[in-house]
Amino acid sequence: MKALGIIFSNIHERDIPELTKVRTLASVPFGGRYRLIDFVLSNMVNSGITNIGIIAKYNYQSLMDHVQSGKSWGLARKNGGLTILPPFNDASGGGVFNNRFEAIKSVSSFIRHNEADYVVMADCDIVCNIDLAPALKAHEKNNADITLVYRKKKIDASDTYRLVLDTDANGKVTKVNMNDGAAGEKKVYTDFMIISQRKLMYIIENSDKWGIKSFSRDILSNIKEYSVYGYEQDGYYAAINSLTDYYKHSMDLLDPDVVRELFYKGGAEIYTKVRDSAPAKFTDTALVRDSMIADGCIIEGEVENSIIFRGCHIAKGAKVTNSIIMQDSRIDTGSTLNCVIMDKAAHVLDGRLLSGHPTHPYYIEKESVI
Amino acid sequence: MKKKQCVAMLLAGGQGSRLKALTTTVAKPAVSFGGKYRIIDFPLSNCSNSGIDTVGVLTQYQPLVLNEYIGTGESWDLDRKNGGAHVLAPYQAKKGARWYEGTANAIYQNIQFLDKYDSEHVLILSGDHIYKMDYSKMLAQHIETDADITIAVIDVPMDEASRFGIMSYDKNFRIFDFAEKPKEPKSNHASMGVYLFKKDVLVRMLTEDDADPDSEKDFGKNIIPKMLAENMRVFAYQFEGYWKDVGTLKSLWEANMDLLGINPVFSLYDGAWKIYSGNDAYPPALLLTKNGCVTNSIVTEGDIISGRVVNSVIGEGVTIGEGAVIENSVVFSGTVIGAGSKLSYAIIDENVTVGENCIVGEGKASPDKITLIGRNSVVPDGTTLDCGSITEAE
Repeated sequence: MKALGIIFSNIHERDIPELTKVRTLASVPFGGRYRLIDFVLSNMVNSGITNIGIIAKYNYQSLMDHVQSGKSWGLARKNGGLTILPPFNDASGGGVFNNRFEAIKSVSSFIRHNEADYVVMADCDIVCNIDLAPALKAHEKNNADITLVYRKKKIDASDTYRLVLDTDANGKVTKVNMNDGAAGEKKVYTDFMIISQRKLMYIIENSDKWGIKSFSRDILSNIKEYSVYGYEQDGYYAAINSLTDYYKHSMDLLDPDVVRELFYKGGAEIYTKVRDSAPAKFTDTALVRDSMIADGCIIEGEVENSIIFRGCHIAKGAKVTNSIIMQDSRIDTGSTLNCVIMDKAAHVLDGRLLSGHPTHPYYIEKESVI
Repeated sequence: MKKKQCVAMLLAGGQGSRLKALTTTVAKPAVSFGGKYRIIDFPLSNCSNSGIDTVGVLTQYQPLVLNEYIGTGESWDLDRKNGGAHVLAPYQAKKGARWYEGTANAIYQNIQFLDKYDSEHVLILSGDHIYKMDYSKMLAQHIETDADITIAVIDVPMDEASRFGIMSYDKNFRIFDFAEKPKEPKSNHASMGVYLFKKDVLVRMLTEDDADPDSEKDFGKNIIPKMLAENMRVFAYQFEGYWKDVGTLKSLWEANMDLLGINPVFSLYDGAWKIYSGNDAYPPALLLTKNGCVTNSIVTEGDIISGRVVNSVIGEGVTIGEGAVIENSVVFSGTVIGAGSKLSYAIIDENVTVGENCIVGEGKASPDKITLIGRNSVVPDGTTLDCGSITEAE
């Protein structure tokens, strides 16, 4: 049973314009030392998928810089490994892809040339530690065309554009629709999809003839034509669909139980690009409470309930609370930050006072000086 | 294959018996240092940063951890098509099997490796020291002086000089006197155990030395004195900077403490001269203390700290329970310190479990009375370990 992974690096990036202005969603920094793509990439590797294509669209330099040859994920391989699939115009001059199905169509030769039984598709907005091997087994056992990984979740207004599923006693999907916003526990599709390779190629080859333009509208909803099953994923799972989500789910990491589940469950590890930072250093004036501190930091000031990425310097007399400080940022003496998301390599000078609110964190752009 | 200008041979087979329980199951170069490093990271990173891309690592004593750690050399950017890191273990040959008998003999037995790369020069290193050094500067001087051998020297305090190989050199850096651990040292220029040879000279000296039944097969005791006696071109390269022999518990502890502070004695926060290491996939450290009690210390990724840490170095993936107090100590990776336990002047090796409410370093603990707990040990709840004691796993 061979599976090919396909990762969409940019599908949700319009949801977080602040963080994706200078990068693709896949390379949004998360959790002190990671990029969002590390989670789905590591999940696939830990599930035994060692042949993975990443579909890129805009701003993918930061992504290429991050994944390089795939070495850090054990994906620099003779057979398979990691391939970045850049966008291109087709001969008809139709422009680059506009949605998931067009994106898949544009990489159909990559899928055809990699002899796999199944294609596992995923997005980059998901933070979880999921083993896809049992889902692949279930897909095979059910003799399914498509398996949709879902989680049971109490719906709120922010999830309105997610697909929700109804399944029968055997797990077969009986209905797929956009969440109408009605409250209650629903089976929410995670955007992890397993599809049989031959079926996918068959659909792509006939898509013009059949007028298929979209996965959700033309394929997933057509449960009479295709055998679609659901697979439930439980455990910690966060979808990052807004700056508020980003803030909220980052703060989840200050809970050691979340950390144990996300980074250690079943011995599965989350890999990221190796940076070779020295360990974090705390001076005799450091005062740190309930925080996550990455390697390479020098902490001289006060930090509370915050996440400090690699290589940051918090000077003596600076105070950082309820904030996320991304890699290589500096906060100088006497500054106070509360509910701030500070992007990469930014610099807050002496004596500044900056504050947001948990539902509206104050965002500081990459490399800016305040 | 393109010829190399210089290849390095790293002597990593030593036991390091003065490190006691730390080297019961691992060779000294594999002993942990500074939170996420092993001692061997320093010479290997120096090679990588100095542009030396071919390194033979000679292993013998307890090589398992070391071999696994070196792997393909990828961690130090030494996985190369032409060259790279190679582990060289003792082997069986037609005329019999020999262990490495002394530093010179270890290199002698690997002349095939030197012949394969056939470099002009060979750099001999040891896996016992913590330092950052640009070997390319030494190589430049070696070539300029047309030396047969260049020996790196560092000035040490005069009262410690009798612990080292001591050299005297003239104004052109040509060495005229060398004494291994002299009782009455004539200078304070100490050998760092870093030798740069012309390859053909090295091969000739090693071959002659091997044929000499009275030789101890040692660079310091035999090869260098012989080269001086034969009036060969023996030069010193004067090194300035931090260099620490970490052969004893006290010196290993001191070297760890040298990393602390905003202006440390020895800094690892130098972007231009990174020290590389095997990187494990740990998330960043979590500090869960309500009172904010990590001061003047180093904390590494994977740590979950609920206790108090003062003047200490904490390795990767260490868990420290609530109310525990770690003072003036070095804790290696993967260790768990139970709630309420107190550590003072302790070195705790990898994957140790210290139970709850233990006292480690009871009595007048000091850098001279370091309490050591060996790899994989389990210390039951409520145990008191006297300062200076050594605990080993069975």
